Amino acid sequence: MRIALFVTCLADTMFPQAATATVRLLERLGHEVVFPQEQTCCGQMHVNTGYQREAVPLVRRHVRVFDPYDVIVAPSGSCVGSVRHQHATVARRAGDVRLASRAESVAERTYELSELLVDVLGVTDVGAYYPHRVTYHPTCHSLRMLRVGDRPRQLLGAVRGLDLVELPAAEQCCGFGGTFAVKNPETSTAMLADKMRHVLSTGADVCAAGDVSCLMHIGGGLSRLRTGVRTVHLAEILASTEQSARSAARP
Amino acid sequence: MVGRPVTSRDLVLGRLRAALAADDAAAAPVDVPRDYRQAAAVDLDQLAQRLTDYRAHVHRVAEAAVADTIADLLPDGGTVVVPPGLPRAWLPPTVTALPDDGLDHARIGAADAVVTAAAVAIAQTGTVVLDASPDQGRRVLSLLPDRHVCVVRADQVVATVPEALARLTPHRPLTWISGPSATSDIELIRVEGVHGPRQLHVILLP
Amino acid sequence: MTRRTFLGMPATTPPVTAPAGVGHLRGEESFPTAARRSLADPQLRRNLRHATTTIRAKSAGVIAEQSDWEQLRTAGAAIKADTLRRLPDLLEQLEEKVTAAGGVVHWAADAVEANRIVTDLVRATGADRVIKVKSMATQEIGLNEALEAAGITAVETDLAELIVQFGDDRPSHILVPAIHRNRAEIREIFLREMPGVDPALTDDPAALAAAARRFLRETFLSTPVAVSGANFAVVETGTLAVVESEGNGRMCLTVPETLITVMGVEKLVPTWRDLEVFLQLLPRASTGERMNPYTSMWTGVTPGDGPQTFHLVLLDNGRSAVLADEVGRQALRCIRCSACLNVCPVYERAGGHAYGSVYPGPIGAVLSPQLTGIEDNASLPYASTLCGACYDACPVKINIPELLVHLRAEAVESRPRPTAESIAMAAAAYTMDRPRLYAAGQRAARLSRLVGRRGRGLPPPLNGWTASRDLPDPPAQTFREWWADR
Repeated sequence: MRIALFVTCLADTMFPQAATATVRLLERLGHEVVFPQEQTCCGQMHVNTGYQREAVPLVRRHVRVFDPYDVIVAPSGSCVGSVRHQHATVARRAGDVRLASRAESVAERTYELSELLVDVLGVTDVGAYYPHRVTYHPTCHSLRMLRVGDRPRQLLGAVRGLDLVELPAAEQCCGFGGTFAVKNPETSTAMLADKMRHVLSTGADVCAAGDVSCLMHIGGGLSRLRTGVRTVHLAEILASTEQSARSAARP
Repeated sequence: MVGRPVTSRDLVLGRLRAALAADDAAAAPVDVPRDYRQAAAVDLDQLAQRLTDYRAHVHRVAEAAVADTIADLLPDGGTVVVPPGLPRAWLPPTVTALPDDGLDHARIGAADAVVTAAAVAIAQTGTVVLDASPDQGRRVLSLLPDRHVCVVRADQVVATVPEALARLTPHRPLTWISGPSATSDIELIRVEGVHGPRQLHVILLP
Repeated sequence: MTRRTFLGMPATTPPVTAPAGVGHLRGEESFPTAARRSLADPQLRRNLRHATTTIRAKSAGVIAEQSDWEQLRTAGAAIKADTLRRLPDLLEQLEEKVTAAGGVVHWAADAVEANRIVTDLVRATGADRVIKVKSMATQEIGLNEALEAAGITAVETDLAELIVQFGDDRPSHILVPAIHRNRAEIREIFLREMPGVDPALTDDPAALAAAARRFLRETFLSTPVAVSGANFAVVETGTLAVVESEGNGRMCLTVPETLITVMGVEKLVPTWRDLEVFLQLLPRASTGERMNPYTSMWTGVTPGDGPQTFHLVLLDNGRSAVLADEVGRQALRCIRCSACLNVCPVYERAGGHAYGSVYPGPIGAVLSPQLTGIEDNASLPYASTLCGACYDACPVKINIPELLVHLRAEAVESRPRPTAESIAMAAAAYTMDRPRLYAAGQRAARLSRLVGRRGRGLPPPLNGWTASRDLPDPPAQTFREWWADR
C-alpha cells in the first residue's frame, strides 16, 4: 500500500526518531511510504491557543498537500485529532465551505499509527522485538478524541521480549495540553507530578505513548528528576527487531 | 425610544428571540430519540434490596400484619401522626394516634412517627413517591417526625422511572423518597438523617 | 456594556451580558494566579483528591448499572437542544401554566433586577429572615448580599452551604460546596460560629450533621419565607422540581407561607415525560446515586398543603447572550450535575476557587466567560488541557473541549493587537506556510542553540514550562533532512 506520512512539525523538528521509526516499520511490512515535502504544521497550536484565523492558511496547505493520497498516517493522536475534529471547523468559521468539505475528506483518510496498523493493514503482530519493561500512557486525544481503544496495547502485546506493565490512572492527562503547559505551568506541573509518580510506581524502564508532545512533557519531567526512565514512541518499539537490538547493543 | 415602556418581560423575551433570529439552524425541529428503556418486569426483591442499600428498613408482611409490624417499631404509647385517609387497621392499639385535623408543626415534629401509604414505588431506584392523597396527607406530615413508616402495596410498584412518571399526576404535590435523608457534604462520607426523618421503614405488602 | 461579534452575523440587538459589580461570576484574579495558591495548599489538595476520587468511583458504579446510559444522554441532549430552540415560546407557556396554578411569575433581565424583585417580595411579607435551599442561580446573582443590604438575613440550610456561610467562605464545587474543607476544619467553624453549639462537639461527620439539624430545626419552623432555585420546570404542566438529599429542600418548599423560586430561563423541559430522562441522568452523574434521597415537585399553590404564596423569578443575566452564540449555546443544556468537575484533572488540583465564579470546573470555564463576556473571564477557557474527560462525563453531551477552543478564539479576537503572543503566532503561521523558511527555521533553532542547555535559557512565557521539565537536545538531523539524505 502507498502511504503518505504526515510527520507533524514536532516530530519533524524535535523527535525525528518517532517518524523514522514509522517509515522503517511500514517499509518492513512491505508498504511504500511517501513524504510530501510541502507539509509543515497542521495548525493545532494556533487553533488551541485561539488563533483560528492564522490557522486557516495552515489548514489550506495541509489539505492541498495531502488531498492526493488515499491513506495518510501520523505518529500522533493529537495531530490526527486536530485534522479530524478541528480542520473543518476552522474552515467553516472562516466562511470557506469548500475547504471544510475537502478537509473532511482528507480527515477520513488520515489515521493515527495504531489505527492504520490494526484497522487498515489488519496487523497486530508486526514482528517486533523489544526486551524491556514498558508501561503505556494512552494519551487523551488518542483515547477520547480518536477512540483508538486497546489497539496500541494489542500491538505492544505482540512484541517479543516486551514486559508490559499496567499504568495506574492511565487515562488521566499528563498535564501538557500544548498552550496549557505554558499558560498554566504550575497546574501542569502538578498533573505531571502525579503522572510521573504513577509511571515510577510501575517499575518500568520505558514509558511509551503514541504522541511525541505528551512524551516530551513526561520525558522532560522524568529527565529533570534524573529518574532513569526513558520515554519512547510506540513506533520506535514496533520498529525494533532482534537485528536492530543487536546492532544497538554493539559498542 | 418612544411608545409604551418596555417591561422586563418584553426585554428578556426580545433578547431571546433576537438570539435565535439570526440562526436558521435554530428553526429546525429537533427529534428526541427515546430508545432508552421504558419498562421492565417488576422485581419486588430488587425494590427491597435497593431500599436497603440506601439504609431504609424493609418489612415484607401481609396486610393483616401491618399493625403488629408497626407495634414492634415504636415504643408503647408512642405518638403517631395519621393522615386522614389512612386505613385505621394499620395502626396498632399500643400507639397514640394523632389524626391530622390541622396539627401544628410543633406537634407533628414531636411525634415519634408518621405512617403513610404511597402513590408509586420504583424498584430499580429504590424510591417511594407520595402524592399527598388522603392516605398520605399533606407534605409536612411525612417531613417533620423522626420516623417515617410507609406502606406500599405490590401493585403500586413499577420497575422504571418512566413507568412511575406515567402513573403520577403532575399537578399534585409530589415527594420522591429514596432512603432516609442523607448528606455527603463532609468528606463525601454519607450520614443518614439530617433534616427529614432519620429512619425510613417501608412495609411492602404482597 | 460589552459587545461581542458573532461570526459576521448582523446583530440587530447586540447580546447583553451579565452586569459587573453584582453577583459572583467574575474572579479578582486570573486562573493561573488563583490556582498557584491552591496548588500550594496540601490540605486542600488532599481534600480535593479524596472527594473527586470518591465521587468518580461511585458515579461510575451506578452508571455501569444503567445499560441504556448512552441512549439517555442522547435523549437528554436532544430535549435540551429542542428547548433552547423554542425557548421564548416555552417561557410564555410556562408563565401561563404557573399563573393558572396560582403562582406569580416575574421576569428579571439581570442580577440587579432579580435581587430587587426578591428583596421587594420579602419586604412585602414583613419578614426579616428567609431560609434558602442551595441554589446556583441565587449565588450567581449575589442574592444573600443584596438581602443583607436590605436588612434581611438569609440562612443557608444546605449543610455545605451552611459551612461556607459560617466560614465566611466561598463555595468551591457545584454539588459539594464545602469540598475544600475537612471534618476538623468544619468542627472548628461550627464551634466558632454556630449559636448554641455543644462545646463538646466532635469531628464525627454524623455529630456535625446532627449539630446542623438541631441548629436549623427551629429556624425552619419559625421562618415564613423561603427562597429556592429549581432543577427543572415542566412547561406543559407548570410543575417545578427540586432535587436534594438532606430534607432542607423539603423544609423550605413545604413549611413557610411564602416561597420564592429564582430560576435561570434555560431550566425548562417541554413535557412531563421529559423528566423521565433527567431524573435518571442527574443523580447518577451527580452524587453517584440511583436516586437522590428527596425530589420535590410542585405546581403553583396547593390549598392546605405547603406555601400558599408562590413567586417564580425567571432570570436572564447573560443567558440570552449565550443563546446568541451558535456554538456556545450548548452550555445552556447544563443541568448542574458537576460530573465534569469530578473528572477534570485541572479542577482536581486547582480547586473551585481558582475559577473565580460560582460555576467552577470545565462547565464554569465555558459558561462564566459567556455570561460575563469574554473580556472579564479571558483566562478561563485556557484552564484546560483539552483532555476531553468532561465531554465523556457530561450527561447532556456538552462538547466542552470544542467550546473551550471556540472561546479561546473569541478571547484572542476580542483583545486589541498586537500582543507579544499575537506577533509570535502570526510569525509562526507565516513561517509554517512557507516550507523552505520553515526548514531554515528548524536549522537555525538547532545551530543557535536558542533554547540553551535543557531549555533553561528560554524566554518567558516558555520558561514556565522548562522550570520543571528538561527540553530534549535538538536532534542532529530533522526528519526532513534524514528523508532527503536517504
